[in-house]
Amino acid sequence: MKTYLLLIGTLLSLTGCELDNFEPPKSTFEGRLVYKGEPLLMQSSNVAFTNNSDFPVFLELWQKAYNNRSSIRIPIKQDGTFSSLLFDGEYKLIVPNGQGPFLWKKTAANTPDSLNVTVQGSQKLDIEVIPYYMLRNPKIAINGRKISGSVSLEKVITDATNGKAVERVSLYVNKTQFVDAGNSLNKADLAGADIKDMANVSLITGDMPALVPAQAYVYARIGLKISGVEDMIYTPVQKINL
Amino acid sequence: MKKYILSFAILFSLTTGCKDDSEFLNIKSTSILLVDEVYSDPRLVLSAVTDLYNRIPDFQEPGTGTISIYAVLDEAFSSGDYPRHQTREYDYVFPGINNPEVTYWDYGYIREINLFIERVNAATKLSAADKARFVAEGRFLRANVYFELVRRLGGVPLITESLTYDYSGNAAYLRKPRAKESEIYDYVISELEAIKSILPKTPNEKSRATYGLALAAKSRAALYAGSIAKYGVNTPTVTLPDGEVGIPVAKATGYYQTALDAAQELINSGQYSLYQKAPDLSTNFANIFLDKANNPEVIFVEDYKLQSGKVHSFALDNQPRAVTEEGERGGRLNPSLNLVQSFEKLDNTFAPLPINKGAATDYIYYDKPEDLFAGRDARLRGTVLVPGDLFKNRSIDIFAGLILGNGSILSGDQLGQLKMVNGASVQVVGLSGPIEGYDGSAQSGFYMRKFNDPVTGSGQIGTMSEVWNVRYRYAEVLLNAAEAAFELGQTALAAGYMKQVRDRAGLTKALTPSEITFDRIVHERKVELSFENHILWDMKRWRLAHVVWDGSNSDLTTLPGKATEPSTRVYSLWPYKIYDPGGPNHNKWVYRKVLSGRVTQSHIFRLGNYYARINDGIINNNPLILRNPNQ
Repeated sequence: MKTYLLLIGTLLSLTGCELDNFEPPKSTFEGRLVYKGEPLLMQSSNVAFTNNSDFPVFLELWQKAYNNRSSIRIPIKQDGTFSSLLFDGEYKLIVPNGQGPFLWKKTAANTPDSLNVTVQGSQKLDIEVIPYYMLRNPKIAINGRKISGSVSLEKVITDATNGKAVERVSLYVNKTQFVDAGNSLNKADLAGADIKDMANVSLITGDMPALVPAQAYVYARIGLKISGVEDMIYTPVQKINL
Repeated sequence: MKKYILSFAILFSLTTGCKDDSEFLNIKSTSILLVDEVYSDPRLVLSAVTDLYNRIPDFQEPGTGTISIYAVLDEAFSSGDYPRHQTREYDYVFPGINNPEVTYWDYGYIREINLFIERVNAATKLSAADKARFVAEGRFLRANVYFELVRRLGGVPLITESLTYDYSGNAAYLRKPRAKESEIYDYVISELEAIKSILPKTPNEKSRATYGLALAAKSRAALYAGSIAKYGVNTPTVTLPDGEVGIPVAKATGYYQTALDAAQELINSGQYSLYQKAPDLSTNFANIFLDKANNPEVIFVEDYKLQSGKVHSFALDNQPRAVTEEGERGGRLNPSLNLVQSFEKLDNTFAPLPINKGAATDYIYYDKPEDLFAGRDARLRGTVLVPGDLFKNRSIDIFAGLILGNGSILSGDQLGQLKMVNGASVQVVGLSGPIEGYDGSAQSGFYMRKFNDPVTGSGQIGTMSEVWNVRYRYAEVLLNAAEAAFELGQTALAAGYMKQVRDRAGLTKALTPSEITFDRIVHERKVELSFENHILWDMKRWRLAHVVWDGSNSDLTTLPGKATEPSTRVYSLWPYKIYDPGGPNHNKWVYRKVLSGRVTQSHIFRLGNYYARINDGIINNNPLILRNPNQ
């Protein structure tokens, strides 16, 4: 008898609540942050399940259909791409104040200007922004157990009001492809004041520490810290065989 | 007989029946006190104000049970299943845990304080003295909650009367914009000034507002405002154009002067003094938080009492595992090496703990584990239980393993594990660990002494601890005075106030006025007031938070006395025992600096963290509210 009850209970629990459930969002909205078609590379996002603020750079989407609004945060990945599952509808997209190594248009009230986005099924959108700097011609090489790198800095925003100085250039090395200011085993820093030629900035790290457990390769990339801007801009990750 | 019954029945119905309906239905409740009844008896008003005291928010306090909040600021490592050391960013708001959109925004509490004040003022049956004191207490609580709001959020709507909705369908008239940050500080300061002489001058009253508390709170608030004005220039983007966030630099001197005056008024009143009862300075320091009998230093607390229902589990959660009273429970919070090495040497210099001569394995050998910590500021061992210390008169036994004669390390994965070495059974791990990843096993190599209740039974679930949560104490007032005096250029005065605090900590040589620097001020507050709900607010007001928690993969600093040194990951210090029978170093102790495998991310404090995020729901309800900068 008990077995029957259990069976009926299980069946009921499998069939219940159909009407209550919403369809999950299934339109993929994805794209990149680009400058003249080139993606901007940033710090990897470290998205813990319980902490949705732990995105180095994120966009905010605001759905227009509802009066009681709150934002949907979309993290930018370290290759400059983003993707999110959304309901179809009208959205406004903004980059919040203080986000990203680039300039986002402001309104007269100094709030971030918004971009209208209409989601109808899955779609791709590249968002054009103006970075303070671009990193060009990155070269990373190995010399014994030292990693050396060179890069050329192109100042994109040059006017006096918005232009920013270089705080430092850093070369980061890590065991995994997640390599940036917060994830590195070894690094070299060069302060902005010590840079003589913006077109040719070179850095060299100290000896790599022993890797535990041992592995025969590391990943490296160069980052640029702009003074007064929190988020750094990076070169592509490069794999280096030790 | 029947006749009699009939006439009784008639008589009965005539005399008792047909009560007036309104009287009949109007029965006084036996379980609810009405407003008029409460505000006609001082004992009931006291219980109403007690509820308001109970709702004061604290970011860090031993009594909440969420002790891991101490670990967000790199003062400690939390050995429990706790993601902070694997996350870079954190919201630094309260309550905020696992719910980053929640910020502290308690206008329900403010409304109830406003109602309380209005009702006491309107009460007719209270004596004038009772009314004055209760109103002053209500005003203290209101000033205090605005201070708690302004240090989290910057300027907030300033509402000092109970607002009531008129059911007109339009609530717009209830919406108030944010005041300037400086206006909130001004309000707090002026309220505290106004009520200080109404409040009783009773230094033994620790749980209710007193004259001393008003002054201590005033000096703290003015100091915060002064340093935001002065150091806000270092973070120009952390401002809003109309001053909702940020204070003009020109106001700094005025606020510092207010802070100094308030602190001096309290100091000169002679009502409080530093706690100096126990001959051992470390024990003395720990006892500030344990001794509830005639404690001259403590100004304001949230009190706890055994067998009253108001007890907390700090000792239960943090008792060393070797002396645990509750099976597998304790040792959650492990002070970090970053904090431990900040305590200076007795000659006023800073140095990392001497554990090796250059190379990591070129050890310095110690006869006893606690010898490494000798000759340091007595507050170190009053705050932290180091290897070799006793707790509840029993050894807390911390060592990570044996180093054998051939240099190899033998360790285990169970507390106090025994293994066979050359035919002898030897204990290879301390009874309190540390074992990597083992909850409660002193993973940083240290345990908590501050707030940790040494009374028998405090570590039992059925008993727990009644150690109070000290919110204001006299040493902070001295340090407030020292900082304000230093910022006003009066370094000799500052040195005098610092000396009192440092003498009590056993530092024999006084700092000269020229040695009082900003770094010294920052450092002194860090070691004196660690784990006391100060470091986050201090780092924020000095605009140091984004410098210290800068997100870089920084190593442990070798300059613990420098205010701007990054500290983004918690380091551990693991003791090892040499096991080499017959060898010269047999049974000696060595130390290794360790980064726990669970510390995978370096902490970052963004400019947008200086002021908590006002959540979207609040802004939806009141569009006059501006967002905080960089959010």
